[in-house]
Amino acid sequence: MCTSILELVACNGSGKSPEGWVNLTHAAISYDHPHHAMLNDAVTIDFVNKGLGAGTRVGVELDLKSAKALHQALEKVIMDVEDDVKSRPRSNDIMKAA
Amino acid sequence: MSYESMIAEMIILDGHNNDPIQAYTARPMGPGPFPGIVLIHHLPGWDEWYRETTRKFAHHGYAAISPNLYERAGEGSAEDVAAKVRAEGGISDAQMVGDVDAAMDWLKSQQFSTGKAAVFGTCSGGRHAVIYCSKTDKADACLDLWGGRVVMAEEDLNEKLPQAPIDMTAELNCPILGLFGNEDQAPSAEQVDQHEKQLQEHGKTYEFHRYDGAGHGFFYYNRPLHRVEQCNDGWEKLFAFVKKHVG
Repeated sequence: MCTSILELVACNGSGKSPEGWVNLTHAAISYDHPHHAMLNDAVTIDFVNKGLGAGTRVGVELDLKSAKALHQALEKVIMDVEDDVKSRPRSNDIMKAA
Repeated sequence: MSYESMIAEMIILDGHNNDPIQAYTARPMGPGPFPGIVLIHHLPGWDEWYRETTRKFAHHGYAAISPNLYERAGEGSAEDVAAKVRAEGGISDAQMVGDVDAAMDWLKSQQFSTGKAAVFGTCSGGRHAVIYCSKTDKADACLDLWGGRVVMAEEDLNEKLPQAPIDMTAELNCPILGLFGNEDQAPSAEQVDQHEKQLQEHGKTYEFHRYDGAGHGFFYYNRPLHRVEQCNDGWEKLFAFVKKHVG
């Protein structure tokens, strides 16, 4: 199908493109025709730097089930990280204990 | 068997806003005159399938041209350039009309041209073909192959896509052929019904062929969407329509 499903999110980080590591500015997430995956439609995630050439894209094409699993895994990792940060003693607490 | 030969090459056009854009052309060798086809590439970009299809039309006796609507996104593989365009929110309909118009003008001004031409497009190119044939009066036939977003919700309209193609039906200036898979979701069978109703209400000449067992993109032989029987029948219907209206 021909969709208009597209979400663009600002990204701070790096991605390894065919031209080497690049600093990222955005991720474009869409659901449309894949180029390579043998699927009718795919969730496509392109990590890009808008200031660089087209060849510096880091792209993946996933079926819907994989995209949902990835989404859940990302959420779990983020929750674990945030729980971990919350459970660490703050520096003030350490000082008081000493 | 008679001798066959064709010439296929890149040229540069003055596109929308006089921006230089590349176009791929193919035509049979010889003086012609040949009827024309302008091919509007799909969302996956100005890719190998569009090169092949441009040459396919030349093989069938047409002078064909396929402009690169994604030229402004720079160099790169078709899929990388298409991804860059997607990340930028796509191209505007106005820019598309300007670029396709440059290809049409080039084609019709050639000595080998009969002066008649169809506009062909698949996927987003089908939608673009409908728009171009509504906003200009230069095409002699419109070939819309599973063009999505001909029917658009109000909230999907924006600065780049200001008007739904279905709302341009009164302006459509030539006969239109539509090929659709009944399992497609965009355009859905209901949306194709809506488009057909508008064409009827405005008294337009049209032929819609709708295939069971097919979804979107059923001509793409290298994708799982391919449906050989429907594809072969679609090409037959398409060439008959072009013969009738363009030559």
